[in-house]
Amino acid sequence: MPILLEKRQLVTPGDLIAEGDYIAGENTFAENNKIYAARVGIVEYENKRVDVVALKAFYIPRAGDIVIGTITEVGFNGWTVDINSPYIALLRASDVLSRPFKPQKDDLPQVLDAGDLVVAKIVSYDRTHDPQLTVAEPGLGKITRGQIIKITPTKIPRVIGRKGSMISTIKQETGCNIILGLNGVVLITGKTLEDEQLATRAILKIEQESHTSGLTDRITQMLREEKSKREENKK
Amino acid sequence: MNDKPEKLIDKKGLRLDGRKADEMRPVKLEVGVISNADGSAYIEHGKNKILAAVYGPREVHPKHLALQDRTVLKCRYHMAPFSVQERKSPAPSRREVELSKVIRECLEPAVFMEYYPRTMIDVFIEVLQADGGTRCASITAAALALADSGIPMRDLVVACAAGKVDNTVVLDLMDTEDKMGAADVPLALMPNLNAVTLLQMDGNLTREEFETAVNLALDGCRKIYAMQKEALKTKYVNVSEDTKEEAED
Repeated sequence: MPILLEKRQLVTPGDLIAEGDYIAGENTFAENNKIYAARVGIVEYENKRVDVVALKAFYIPRAGDIVIGTITEVGFNGWTVDINSPYIALLRASDVLSRPFKPQKDDLPQVLDAGDLVVAKIVSYDRTHDPQLTVAEPGLGKITRGQIIKITPTKIPRVIGRKGSMISTIKQETGCNIILGLNGVVLITGKTLEDEQLATRAILKIEQESHTSGLTDRITQMLREEKSKREENKK
Repeated sequence: MNDKPEKLIDKKGLRLDGRKADEMRPVKLEVGVISNADGSAYIEHGKNKILAAVYGPREVHPKHLALQDRTVLKCRYHMAPFSVQERKSPAPSRREVELSKVIRECLEPAVFMEYYPRTMIDVFIEVLQADGGTRCASITAAALALADSGIPMRDLVVACAAGKVDNTVVLDLMDTEDKMGAADVPLALMPNLNAVTLLQMDGNLTREEFETAVNLALDGCRKIYAMQKEALKTKYVNVSEDTKEEAED
């Protein structure tokens, strides 16, 4: 039974990808034993499973995901957090304070105020309830310095690269620490602003060209060129 | 504007703008024209110029409109005051409210509404210049904008009209033909699923004429669909070509 399109083909919603005994994977749907694309993206398949890697999408929360969010509102016993998704996340006061919350004693805006950024993990989410966050784990909590950039959430895996090859290259070449929120928000903290800017440019380049091949090499090349240019300028 | 042409089709069988009966006006499509929106598209269909922008899925405001089992699709069709010869009041007219509803109902079957409960998708359609057949052009642009925004869809939606002028069934009526002609049949299609999501008629047609009109409109839809796909792909193909050049340098 045939697959009608080759790997890495660009498809638009409604395009027939495969006919017959296949499983509809991500961004596809099955009807009458036929598999169609549901988003603009690139066809990938493995065994009997057909996927479309979306070129543009939005973030849908999943329990266990690390995300970067902005506090939008301080409530009575917690905060509401914008996690760059159709759904607003909730962060409980007792979770941040790591002890029971006492309204008489604790002043919430002093702990986290509107506009503050947090690295958090999603504890729970389903169709009927808004996602709930936690910061009670090492590496999570309020962000105090660094650069924030937003990219399409579907491209986060591309920034990570195969077995983390892409992200470790950028980290190594720029000396920056990079936290990738699965909601498409990226935090870059480096020693100097220039390092951070270089890492930012690399990540934005990956977003732009995520569907092309040989990207890791091009990124490495770009980073090295930029660095040598900078050293020449210093001299 | 009031000079009534005596004949809408001349002796040679050509229409007012020199088209044949089964000929469409030139169509130009562009995707991703509004960077503030999550998805957007622009269509030039003959003299029609229409912008469509999509926001969402996002929170529902006011909250009580939210549905627990699916997303809410909101649609606003609006004509700019300068889009027609005589200034059109910017307030939504009866016709615009109706067209908004018709367009919404024609897009809904294409969107996976049940994927994102308690959210809302906003579709804004702004007619910058109108010349007959704006609802069809709007649907084509809105579907493109939805696909561009990354909302999962069963299929794209394309629309095209057919009608009757001077006793001939013709494809894609322009403004004068629409006003002076005998009938107008707008039709929207999901081409891969082969499903019609909008079919209207005003004026009178015999059964046979109606059938030819529908078939004519279906053919027109398929032609525009090819351009729609092309427009969506162009946005990304351009990037690949740029990088190729870069790699060669």
